[in-house]
Amino acid sequence: MGNIIEVKNLSRKFGDFTAVNDISFDVKEGEVFAFLGPNGAGKSTTIKMLTTLLQPTGGSISLNGHNPKNDPSAVRSSFGIVFQDPSLDDELTAWENMEFHGVLYGVEKKLRRKRIDELLKFVELDDRKDSLVKEFSGGMKRRLEIARGLLHHPKVIFLDEPTLGLDPQTRNHMWTYLQELNKSEGVTVFFTTHYMEEASRIAQRIAIIDHGKIIATGTSAELQTQTQTASLEDAFLKLTGSEIRDEEAGAGDRMRMMGKMFSGGGRR
Amino acid sequence: MRTIYIMWLRELKRYLRSRSRIIGSLGQPLLFLLALGYGLGSVFQKAGQGNYINFLAPGIVGMSIIFTAIFSGIGVIWDRQFGFLKETMVAPVSRFNIMIGRTLGGATIATIQGTLVFLLALIPGFRPYNWALVLPTILVMLLVGLLFTALGTGIASQLQDMQGFQLIVNFLVMPLFFLSGSLFPLTGLPKVLSAITKIDPLSYGIDAFRILLTHSGHYSLSLDISVLAVVTLVFLALGSYLFSKIQI
Repeated sequence: MGNIIEVKNLSRKFGDFTAVNDISFDVKEGEVFAFLGPNGAGKSTTIKMLTTLLQPTGGSISLNGHNPKNDPSAVRSSFGIVFQDPSLDDELTAWENMEFHGVLYGVEKKLRRKRIDELLKFVELDDRKDSLVKEFSGGMKRRLEIARGLLHHPKVIFLDEPTLGLDPQTRNHMWTYLQELNKSEGVTVFFTTHYMEEASRIAQRIAIIDHGKIIATGTSAELQTQTQTASLEDAFLKLTGSEIRDEEAGAGDRMRMMGKMFSGGGRR
Repeated sequence: MRTIYIMWLRELKRYLRSRSRIIGSLGQPLLFLLALGYGLGSVFQKAGQGNYINFLAPGIVGMSIIFTAIFSGIGVIWDRQFGFLKETMVAPVSRFNIMIGRTLGGATIATIQGTLVFLLALIPGFRPYNWALVLPTILVMLLVGLLFTALGTGIASQLQDMQGFQLIVNFLVMPLFFLSGSLFPLTGLPKVLSAITKIDPLSYGIDAFRILLTHSGHYSLSLDISVLAVVTLVFLALGSYLFSKIQI
């Protein structure tokens, strides 16, 4: 099987800060791929570049044979994404958020309605489908986002820390569904997580990124052999060190940082 | 088409759901209408300019439209902050259509607000000279709404957070409103002020309202519509260009 994602010498700088530094990796079609790294290692920046939200400052990307730079529309119709931060419309109901997504992705009406019903049942929100999203708890919002990301049955699904704040039941439930989708429809799954046990159990292949560089790639077993450790968690700690990282800047901070960049560094 | 429709529908749904915002945003125009209308009415009359409420009402309609339109354009920043912008930005549809749908939504809302203010103005005694011209007036409201929503969207595409909001209100919306001839006649103004009112697109919108509703205006209706149409096209082009360049 071919590579559905090919990344070559990809870089992204924010002013003087290099968030992603000359990384290269491939993801095979139909693979479940985990992208791991400590806070601020460059995971989210890489995902943003893969999903056309951010332009790279160097290197190239091919996703499903398309280049995000030349043909963003073709790339966008190839993937689905569950973001790390919420991206729902709080003023719309759960059902409306799904419907909106389905229409934007051109899912035909009958199929759309059927899938919305199925997915809302699957994430156990069908009894709340007409409630405004702003009345939902954090976990409920998360589940709705996952359901929404799956609505258009993409070729690749990106999940940026999808299980953050979910209870073990929902987490387990979600991975079972994703693995089924992976088997039945060959959907490639690309995810990030801080739960090493989850990555070890779910991912067929793992890449570890730190300080903007990919420092190891392989199966969980390969990484353990390479580092002579007994678990992925230990392998991860050995590769990335055990010092605690600064939390990644919140969305607001990042925005401000970028705002400064765009206006040439001097904003009052 | 479906993109434009769903974006338009979203704006409308959000608007209709926030009843308190609808009522709240009618407070300011009503205050202007009553305080200025009655407060300056006799002075205006003595200066030989006729009924001030009649003069003022089209201006206040314009005020509610520019406020509603620019703020709904600025909504892009809220969407950015609450994350929803990402959802629309990764969708496989043209960003031009997203922008057009949003802008049409904002313009529709502005038109509804404008119409509500028009109805409110009937209470203190405003009457259009010909009721048949109310419908064309509403169409012009839509055009003015489009113009300013596009402007708001363009500006918001360049801003990263709400910090610039106050700046926009004080240095853009307020001047556009106060210098548009909404509160005073455009004749006999000092040269500088006269020049400024000529480059303020809202002047032409309010002038068109006055021509249609009170049969008195400064320019001609054809000039008003032409200027509004051209500026709207420019702002739409500029706004959609800036919107398409958004990175997150």
